Amino acid sequence: MKFDRAAGQNPIDQLHVVGHPLDRIDGRFKTTGTAPYAYERHDVVPHQAYGYIIGSAVAKGRVTRMDVARAKAAPGVLAIVTTLDMPALKNGPRNTAKLFGGPEISHYHQATAIVVAETFEQARAAAVQIETDYGHDESQFDLKQAQHGARSVPAADGSRADRVGDFEKAFSASATRLDETYTTPDQTHAMMEPHATLAAWEGEKLTLWTSNQMIAWNRRDIATTLGLSEDNVRVDSPYIGGGFGGKLFLRSDAVLAALGAKAAGRPVKVALTRPFIMNNTTHRSATIQRIRIGTDRDGRIMAIAHESTSGNLPHGRPEAAIDQTKLLYAGPNRLTAMRLAVLDLPEGNAMRAPGEASGLMALEIAMDEMAERLRMDPVRFRILNDTQVDPEKPGRPFSQRHLVECLEHGAEKFGWSHRKARPASVREGEWLIGMGVAAGFRNNLLTKSAARVRLDSQGIVTVETDMTDIGTGTYTILAQTAAEMMGVSIDQVRVILGDSDFPVSAGSGGQWGANNSAAGVYAACVKLRESVAEKMGLPPAEAQFSGGNIHAGNSIFPLGQAAHEGELVAEDAIEYADVDKRYQQSTFASHFVEVGVNGFTGEVRIRRMLAVCSAGRILNPKTARNQVIGAMTMGAGAALMEELAVDTGRGFFVNHDLAGYEVPVHADIPHQEAIFLDEVDPLSSPMKAKGVGELGLCGVAAAIANAVYNATAVRIRDYPVTLDKHLAHLPRMS
Amino acid sequence: MKAFTYERARTPHEAVTALARTPGARIIAGGTNLLDLMKLQIETPDHLIDIGRIGLDTIDDTPDGGLRIGALVRNTDLAADMRVRRHYGVLSRALLAGASGQLRNKATTSGNLLQRTRCPYFYDPNQPCNKRQPGAGCAAIGGVSRQLGIIGTSEACIATHPSDMAVAMRLLDATVETINVRGQSRHISIADFHRLPGKTPHIETSLHSDELITSLTLPPPVGGHHFYRKVRDRASYAFALVSVAAILQKDGTGRVAVGGIAPKPWRIEAAESEMPKGSEAVAARLLADASPTPANAFKVPLVERTLAAVIQEAKAS
Ligand SMILES: Cc1cc2nc3c(=O)[nH]c(=O)nc-3n(C[C@H](O)[C@H](O)[C@H](O)COP(=O)(O)OP(=O)(O)OC[C@H]3O[C@@H](n4cnc5c(N)ncnc54)[C@H](O)[C@@H]3O)c2cc1C
Ligand code: SF4
Repeated sequence: MKFDRAAGQNPIDQLHVVGHPLDRIDGRFKTTGTAPYAYERHDVVPHQAYGYIIGSAVAKGRVTRMDVARAKAAPGVLAIVTTLDMPALKNGPRNTAKLFGGPEISHYHQATAIVVAETFEQARAAAVQIETDYGHDESQFDLKQAQHGARSVPAADGSRADRVGDFEKAFSASATRLDETYTTPDQTHAMMEPHATLAAWEGEKLTLWTSNQMIAWNRRDIATTLGLSEDNVRVDSPYIGGGFGGKLFLRSDAVLAALGAKAAGRPVKVALTRPFIMNNTTHRSATIQRIRIGTDRDGRIMAIAHESTSGNLPHGRPEAAIDQTKLLYAGPNRLTAMRLAVLDLPEGNAMRAPGEASGLMALEIAMDEMAERLRMDPVRFRILNDTQVDPEKPGRPFSQRHLVECLEHGAEKFGWSHRKARPASVREGEWLIGMGVAAGFRNNLLTKSAARVRLDSQGIVTVETDMTDIGTGTYTILAQTAAEMMGVSIDQVRVILGDSDFPVSAGSGGQWGANNSAAGVYAACVKLRESVAEKMGLPPAEAQFSGGNIHAGNSIFPLGQAAHEGELVAEDAIEYADVDKRYQQSTFASHFVEVGVNGFTGEVRIRRMLAVCSAGRILNPKTARNQVIGAMTMGAGAALMEELAVDTGRGFFVNHDLAGYEVPVHADIPHQEAIFLDEVDPLSSPMKAKGVGELGLCGVAAAIANAVYNATAVRIRDYPVTLDKHLAHLPRMS
Repeated sequence: MKAFTYERARTPHEAVTALARTPGARIIAGGTNLLDLMKLQIETPDHLIDIGRIGLDTIDDTPDGGLRIGALVRNTDLAADMRVRRHYGVLSRALLAGASGQLRNKATTSGNLLQRTRCPYFYDPNQPCNKRQPGAGCAAIGGVSRQLGIIGTSEACIATHPSDMAVAMRLLDATVETINVRGQSRHISIADFHRLPGKTPHIETSLHSDELITSLTLPPPVGGHHFYRKVRDRASYAFALVSVAAILQKDGTGRVAVGGIAPKPWRIEAAESEMPKGSEAVAARLLADASPTPANAFKVPLVERTLAAVIQEAKAS
């Protein structure tokens, strides 16, 4: 199905099932421990052995020798594969860091061997008996130093920066100016389930039961890396214990489970340990961001520039922290640019809301600072600079843009009018109280997504797609979509996901999953409706589907009757023409936060959080809320505690477990409220929905940082906002 | 984890007998620290002696009005004991500020006292660490040290002792009681129990390798207002950046011990005579010899400010 213009009235608009706050259909399995995750696929293949991966002890250099004799002789060991056993394996297009093979080491904990044994304990015990010698190479681990040698990332037209108008001239002519630098640290995804894979070979055919967000990418990339034909690879990932972008890509668990299984002649399963996840896989890269804003006397932005520097391995990608600045606020003169330094740290890559999450951490503090310089309320300042068109291409409108409504509604709900503009003016006992606001922004991406639907004689509708549910509620919204389309109740629908034998979906990432994959199911259901109508001899255009029946005129039949002679199967994909070229598609939010800062110790504690989101049709308010409050929690972590601490001499993330890398616990998260504006976006898809899973994170950290400033009058521009950064400047309490 | 043999002792005597008999043996109590370290091959005992069922799990009144706390009393039970809550509030609060409910259910009094540092380099066997491997060097010095010690440290090691409970025990002048296989018993003052690293950071306490801790004894209560203020980046389930245990009396006198800054609970009795003068005077004496790293220098003012908060709270109530 081609989507090339605004969606008209369609069966989804009935909202009999879609749009209702239904419980997650996989929730019961997860809470009762009966949803098997990758490491628990005990029954899919017999004789499973255990793999344990070890990684490089140096960050940059070469493996000069590996002695596996002792490890091989250890009890229970079935096979050992080392990186010296083969040349460097080829990377698929989605991988930057080398996954395995060859002596070169390009980052700490790069996988150097897998030990396969009868039990996990045996594999682990043997693994430490492998002796490895290294040669060291010169290296750079410090972004602050490396930024000076960073190269420009070419803009769309190949130049060093994207420009509109004459930024420099307009900036220097501006009545009020800001020029500040902000930093964000490296972060780890910290999802609960580690990367894990069970691999089994049948001749040349490889099956991976794994935990992965993007089945088709994973299948193609493992085929490339192992030199297999894609047809010989099956990937299955029905349950995923969180990903946040950490499981978008093929990682060493899958590669080494496959290599270990081949060597041992047995199915092998592998889970990465937490330290290994942090240094072996990907992370969100640190950034150094310079922002300049100039306004006229009335507070209208005349000039805005956002330049961001990040680091990565050679051939890695930058953290696109400038993306939102191209689109969020008006202003005739604009400049955005990125630089990328080479760092010998583990690979930087996507983590929830890549680009915008980091970019808004900086931009939305800058907006707060600017509002203060203008003596203007920060909500008003943002409203004043709203734009309904792409500021770089004013002929291109937003498909929908209700940022102003988000800000106004949020301000009212939150009691923003009680905020004192002068910082450090509210005190409750030991606590300095402050409120902060930030805008949230994240693009809505349209990508092809396919699905297959089956109808059996009982009237049961089965949905099959390689789409994944990473804890987001995909099972449920796809069931709702199929139920709405076929006129059945949700318990008449079965959804099977995550299998590469099924049609290729959009996958889970970039908050593109819900809208695109549901639209794919919609497309397949349109076809199925046609074949049902045809089968029953009813005119497809007039046929109605409701109450488990198909009817037209005076005829009515139970749906299952159409499948009496055999199951009906329909498959289709949603494919987008140029709607997203003609219209900018984005999602918007406002975030309001109240914090207390302990006047003695400088500890920051959040007191209230509110998000108001504008994201098209909300397919299921319960799963959407779950996404947004989870994202707000992640934003609280980004604001107040999350930082992979880099040892700039040894080149690794030091705090590589969940005791050292702190993420919020329940006690950090007080009252949270998430409100969705009641809207539909007919330009997004037949579902008229957009993404929410990343929007909820975008802007949260800055709202918190701004609230901290409002509480203390001490501006912190380096995340995380920890007490050591403002302690010396806090007022004396006693 | 290295393979090991295991036995369960039925009595304290059986435990010390096994300890004396088996070289490379270690005692396991709740296991919440030891097992983690074994999985990472940082602790590599050949033999484990499980003392979970040897008794020593009661809290008894002593003739002089104090309390004897069995080595195997769980952190949860100790924190909840009515006598502890009433007369040794600082201990109850310190315990409840530590770890999580699940961990406290498992963790024991002796295990808590003997838990090892949380220096991140100690936890990474690829990195040089004098505590793990004497003479290897210290990766934390010149490395990431925000969490680490500012006083009592040495050129060999700047790690802290992470226990909250131990800080309260130090404040309360607890005595550690031990036995060995020859039936000898020692009473070690808590002040002398944890050692400063000097050149031998791997020797952390004055406990002998053949000794079993049987109990911790508290002297009679000293009254006063009890505080345990733990400062951390997140609100719960985090080790202290700084913690202040204090007992303050109505007349402005009091005692104070500090956690999160040193290889042992940090208390200097002489500093307490400055208490009537206020937090700055006390902190100046307590931290006179501090030698922080640039990354943890904030702990110096933080100790003072946290103590100020405690004094203020005492005044207000
Ligand atoms: C995630 C996490 C967070 C934590 N947070 C905190 C915190 O915030 N604050 C805090 O204070 N602690 C914290 N802890 C540490 C926790 O308090 C300790 O792990 C626990 O107290 C250890 O007690 P255990 O009985 O389990 O000791 P075990 O692990 O059984 O033993 C520890 C050591 O003591 C020795 N030992 C035990 N009993 C005896 C005995 N009777 N005689 C001789 N030797 C003995 C053992 O041989 C071993 O070397 C945390 C731990 C974890 C895992
Ligand atoms: S500070 Fe101590 S524990 Fe940490 S690395 Fe140095 S020697 Fe080891």
